[in-house]
Amino acid sequence: MVELRLPKNSRISPNGKVWDHKKSSAKKLRKFKVYRYNPDEKSNPRVDTYFIDANESGPMVLDALIHIKEEIDPTLTFRRSCREGICGSCAMNIDGVNTLACTRGLNEIKGDVRIYPLPHMPVIKDLIPDLTNFYKQHASIMPWLETKTETPEKEWEQSINQRKKLDDLYECVMCACCSTSCPSYWWNSEKYLGPAALLHAYRWLVDSRDETRDERLNDIEDSFKLYRCHTIMNCARTCPKNLNPAKAIAEIKKMMVEKNSRSKQ
Amino acid sequence: MNNRPLSPHLTIYRPQLNSVLSILHRITGVALIISLLMVIGFFISLIFGEETFKVFSIFFNSIIGKIIMFFSLCGIWYHFFAGLRHLFWDMGYGFNLKWVEYSSYSILALTFFFILASLLV
Repeated sequence: MVELRLPKNSRISPNGKVWDHKKSSAKKLRKFKVYRYNPDEKSNPRVDTYFIDANESGPMVLDALIHIKEEIDPTLTFRRSCREGICGSCAMNIDGVNTLACTRGLNEIKGDVRIYPLPHMPVIKDLIPDLTNFYKQHASIMPWLETKTETPEKEWEQSINQRKKLDDLYECVMCACCSTSCPSYWWNSEKYLGPAALLHAYRWLVDSRDETRDERLNDIEDSFKLYRCHTIMNCARTCPKNLNPAKAIAEIKKMMVEKNSRSKQ
Repeated sequence: MNNRPLSPHLTIYRPQLNSVLSILHRITGVALIISLLMVIGFFISLIFGEETFKVFSIFFNSIIGKIIMFFSLCGIWYHFFAGLRHLFWDMGYGFNLKWVEYSSYSILALTFFFILASLLV
């Protein structure tokens, strides 16, 4: 359901801490406003302020976060791993848009750098959202090859053109930027599968080797699971891998029409 | 576990051209139903003769009535052009982000032009 206001325990308290760590030698000072929540303290989330000399940290937002953790505040908590846009761990809301901290340059952001966890998700700590439901939805679309015929001796063959249909789909790293940018997903995340899971659903639907297309379509033919997509397009706009979940969902809707007109004949 | 706070959403997400136009499509859709009911009410009232007709014509000619009708006009044209784009999307066209941007500005330009044209007619 649409709930515009945050629940009482989630509203940001005005008691954000300002970490006054300015060095007099700093030349390019940047202000960072970072969402903080500690489950061990019995208090609401807050927004802390940090100051960093841009010349001292690396060029990316993730570099700045690591700099804060190492030099100013070791309690700041966030996920990161590959630092080059492959693992999808450091997905967060930066400057009002979901993206990977490791691929967003500091010089792309004007003014204060505002960093929040991915929107409308349960927060475990600081910038770490609980992705359990997101992964569960991904598993629900059966993200693997399903076949009925006998397994061939060598491999399941696929022509170059059939393989091409998987381009711009298989690259998804499951960072959850798209799903958590979608207002429709915000209001119905329990029932609507969201752009990421549906993009993966389409990736298996168009795979020429998969033999369960109709079953897959039947599974997601549901006014909530699929049809909560209203083509708002935030997903495609925010995807750090430049994929287009909205397009994939539209193709699924077209497949539905085709399947249903086939069964009527 | 269940006491985990919900991360902020609407208040922190930067409004995107596409998302603003999307919610505007929804708003104009709902608002136009209300305008439509008013116009239908006007037609039905004609059955009851001159008195009720006068009530409605006074209302529609008042400042408030004119403002409502003006916004209905804006809503109709916006909803029409944004709806056209939805038809293209449903056919699977126009998902390229550049195209989304062009079509967004085209919708706004066309809406503006047709509002002006309707006012001049």
